[in-house]
Amino acid sequence: MRLETPEFDTVLYHRPESLEDYPLHLCPGCGHGIVHRLIAEVVDELGIRERAVCVASIGCMVNSYHYFKFDGLESAHGRAPAVATAIKRCHPHLVPFTYQGDGDLAAIGTAEIVHACARGENFTTIFVNNAIYGMTGGQMAPTTLLGMYSTSTTGGREPARSGYPIRVCEMLSALDGPAYIARESVHKPSAVRKAKQAIKLAFRTQLAGLGMSLVEVLSPCPVNWRLEPVDAMKWLAEHMLPQYPLGEYKVIEAVAALKKETDHA
Amino acid sequence: MVTLVVAAYPKTSYIVIDEEKCKGCHLCIAACPNGVIGQASHINRMGYIPATVIREKAEECTGCTVCAIMCPDTVISVYRHDRVSTHSAP
Ligand SMILES: Cc1ncc(C[n+]2csc(CCOP(=O)(O)OP(=O)(O)O)c2C)c(N)n1
Ligand code: SF4
Ligand SMILES: [Mg+2]
Repeated sequence: MRLETPEFDTVLYHRPESLEDYPLHLCPGCGHGIVHRLIAEVVDELGIRERAVCVASIGCMVNSYHYFKFDGLESAHGRAPAVATAIKRCHPHLVPFTYQGDGDLAAIGTAEIVHACARGENFTTIFVNNAIYGMTGGQMAPTTLLGMYSTSTTGGREPARSGYPIRVCEMLSALDGPAYIARESVHKPSAVRKAKQAIKLAFRTQLAGLGMSLVEVLSPCPVNWRLEPVDAMKWLAEHMLPQYPLGEYKVIEAVAALKKETDHA
Repeated sequence: MVTLVVAAYPKTSYIVIDEEKCKGCHLCIAACPNGVIGQASHINRMGYIPATVIREKAEECTGCTVCAIMCPDTVISVYRHDRVSTHSAP
């Protein structure tokens, strides 16, 4: 069904143009849906639908080219940064961004993202951290919290056996290449609004040619966390925020100037 | 040009839920500060119990859009009634 805009009424919120009117295959309450929508809103607001290219990765976001009304490409597991590098270098006028999960970016693809950041490539990465391998049925990810249940840490993650969680933003911000690195979350409306601002700044960083931009978004996976969607949001706030503090981890001066422009606008 | 004030709308804002695409996650129900949204009494084609506007509470929608902001499936649209619309008088 297509929702028509009533003739005389002001639209306060409507599906962004860049998002297909197509049911998402994601589970109920999955944070990936919110992040998809935020990206579509940002692409609309920046007017880059003709130039944006989504480089999807392997995980529950694997179908994202069905949902976005702009170009999309599927990459091998963890290799999205390499694909985005190629797109940006061959077609500098395009706006490629990678959309990666924690199993994708922080496990099999760790080397790819570290070197893309070290090279200071000029593309954007949206990194959705749900502390689990969602698509394959809830195995432990490098970002799984200590003591957290997963199908491969049934007694809770234990450091002696499975090591410690990786803090991706902290790790990558130690490099000189990236221009903008931030961690946001989608657990409540105000956090979603802030996440959108961060994603927008990341895209503007790329448009201004300032270098690599990465936004990590903490997101719930209610099915594999074995929680109701509303409880999953609460669990995220209670347990993930202390381990993964929100905020900006790297903002080079040129990006700070860019950000100020918006604040005044 | 005469300005006609359309007074037929007692409330200022309202939402429209695409119930066939709703997966019943309840994030909108938890987010709405005025308790406007609740569960429907039927299941949709996908087999979920969709969110719906509670009839008695519909008037309390302030158009804050937090339900739409939290919806992972983008099934909620939010509108404000424009009470003042301009029509040319005949
Ligand atoms: C080369 C390769 N190894 C393993 C897999 C299996 N696999 C598919 S998705 C996935 C993990 C995805 O986890 P994440 O990136 O966190 O995405 P999520 O589903 O949690 O959003 C794995 C290991 C694969 N598809 N390809
Ligand atoms: S398994 Fe988890 S990450 Fe994947 S769609 Fe379901 S809730 Fe989302
Ligand atoms: Mg994951």
